[in-house]
Amino acid sequence: MVVSAGVDMGTQRVKVAIIKDKQVVGKAQEFVGFEPTKAAEKALEEALKSANISREELEHITATGAGVDMATFADSKVSMMGADAKAGVYFFKSARTVIDVGAEDARAVKCDEYGIMQDFIVNARCAAGAGTFIEAMARALEVELEDMGPLSLKAERASPINASCVIFAESDVVSLIHREEPKSEIARAIFDAMAERVASMVKRLGVNPDIVLVGGVAKDEGFVASLKRRLGIELLIPEEPIYAGAIGAALVAAKKAKRARRRAQ
Amino acid sequence: MTNNNEKKEYWRWLEYKKIRPNMDPKKANIITAGVDVGSVGSKAVIMLDGKIYAWSVMRTGSNSSDSAKKALGWAMEDTGLTLDDFHYIVGTGYGRVNVPMANRAITEIACHAKGANYIWGPTVRTVLDVGGQDVKAIKVDQNGKVVSFLMNDKCAAGTGRGMEVIADLLKIPIEDVGKVSLSVTEEPKPVSSTCVVFAKTEAVGLLRKGWTKEKVIAAYVKAMAIRMSELIEKVGCEKDFVITGGQSKNIGIVDRVEKILGVKRLPVPNLEETGLDPASAGAIGAALFAKALYEKSQKQ
Repeated sequence: MVVSAGVDMGTQRVKVAIIKDKQVVGKAQEFVGFEPTKAAEKALEEALKSANISREELEHITATGAGVDMATFADSKVSMMGADAKAGVYFFKSARTVIDVGAEDARAVKCDEYGIMQDFIVNARCAAGAGTFIEAMARALEVELEDMGPLSLKAERASPINASCVIFAESDVVSLIHREEPKSEIARAIFDAMAERVASMVKRLGVNPDIVLVGGVAKDEGFVASLKRRLGIELLIPEEPIYAGAIGAALVAAKKAKRARRRAQ
Repeated sequence: MTNNNEKKEYWRWLEYKKIRPNMDPKKANIITAGVDVGSVGSKAVIMLDGKIYAWSVMRTGSNSSDSAKKALGWAMEDTGLTLDDFHYIVGTGYGRVNVPMANRAITEIACHAKGANYIWGPTVRTVLDVGGQDVKAIKVDQNGKVVSFLMNDKCAAGTGRGMEVIADLLKIPIEDVGKVSLSVTEEPKPVSSTCVVFAKTEAVGLLRKGWTKEKVIAAYVKAMAIRMSELIEKVGCEKDFVITGGQSKNIGIVDRVEKILGVKRLPVPNLEETGLDPASAGAIGAALFAKALYEKSQKQ
């Protein structure tokens, strides 16, 4: 029996997953805040508690994510793309492409049936292709973040808005609200623009089904609807897509623990 | 006395207008105007026989045609001119199709090239125009005609709007950004030059780390100067080099772009006396086109 943990140090949240015999038995998340290492420790503690497992039982901890070096307690590291590939195939055996849309970046990873990464593409240069965009627009529209998706689904069309840039969209929204443009159509314009960016990235990599969508933004039904329209293909979404990186890292950790055992024998 | 509870708008730049003395519109043969409705600023220039007479620079409102009317109206104030006195008006800028009194709309790229040629003369070959929501690098010939250009209008990095955002965050009046950014003894490492949102997040992080706001603004301005220089290098920087648009006044940008490119821009003329305002280059070009178009229409 192998017990392992994966720690995903995102730009906004740290996510931890505990795996025991290939089953996810515990998970927790914390905001990164000013002390990422402390936040990670705390998330790990909570995840262990939810799994009813002690720290000593953990054989291996693997960290991933943008702030991977801040998880100082980890035994090893794995790339975000590697963790995505592992998790994608773990969630859905048929997965060959994993799209991960997080707070500040978006990636698409091509993988084989074993969850080994074959190729990838990343956008971490522009906030208009990541979750930050939805947050900024929710603020500008004075709408709760969770309500952005459902609101956008009510719209039949998208507002004419400069949605190529978060900063420009912020100033555009103010004048659109003055003109009494429906908020739902503004919200849809945001999701359509974001989906367009992500879709064009995926197309450059090659649309290789089945496609799994993970990351915090995969929870947003507005974004999911727009991305499906743009790609013209069904998307598989796990129950808690935000934990994909952490689960992928925990799977890598389990493998490393097994290898260490074999070496010890 | 300033009220501390009131939220100060650090991004709000000063609007201005001016009439040149010793010029009489009654004696003019051809009266033209150029109205440049930018995404952030609206500029109007009135010319008498191809010479600058009056001009205004003000903030663009949410409605382009209102902004055009207001800018030209303000420039006309105290001149005794009415709209009927104009022989030809050209609209330009991002809102150019919404300039109701214009006889014609011409792209701002052509107008900036023409305006730069008028302000600095026929030796100008490369124009960097830094507008509110776009950055353009334009190559021009000795007649002020566009040879080629490159533009970024998809992203706030390098634009005036991006600078306003950071000025507001750091509580530095927009007019002082350049000066403050140059007050550091050592140039810090630049923040992200690809995205204003990420640059802003980085700036907040640096402030928390204890950086002074002078150092943070220097890191931001440096990043934006890098971004602009990349655009100019792509079209090729040929001398003489000039900077137009609102941010031609930001000495932090100008100084750094000059250092990165290794080329000095031509100095800014005495705008108070001549009206040769690099921020109004587009409107100046439009007013010149207006004169040429009027003359052409008379010949036919």
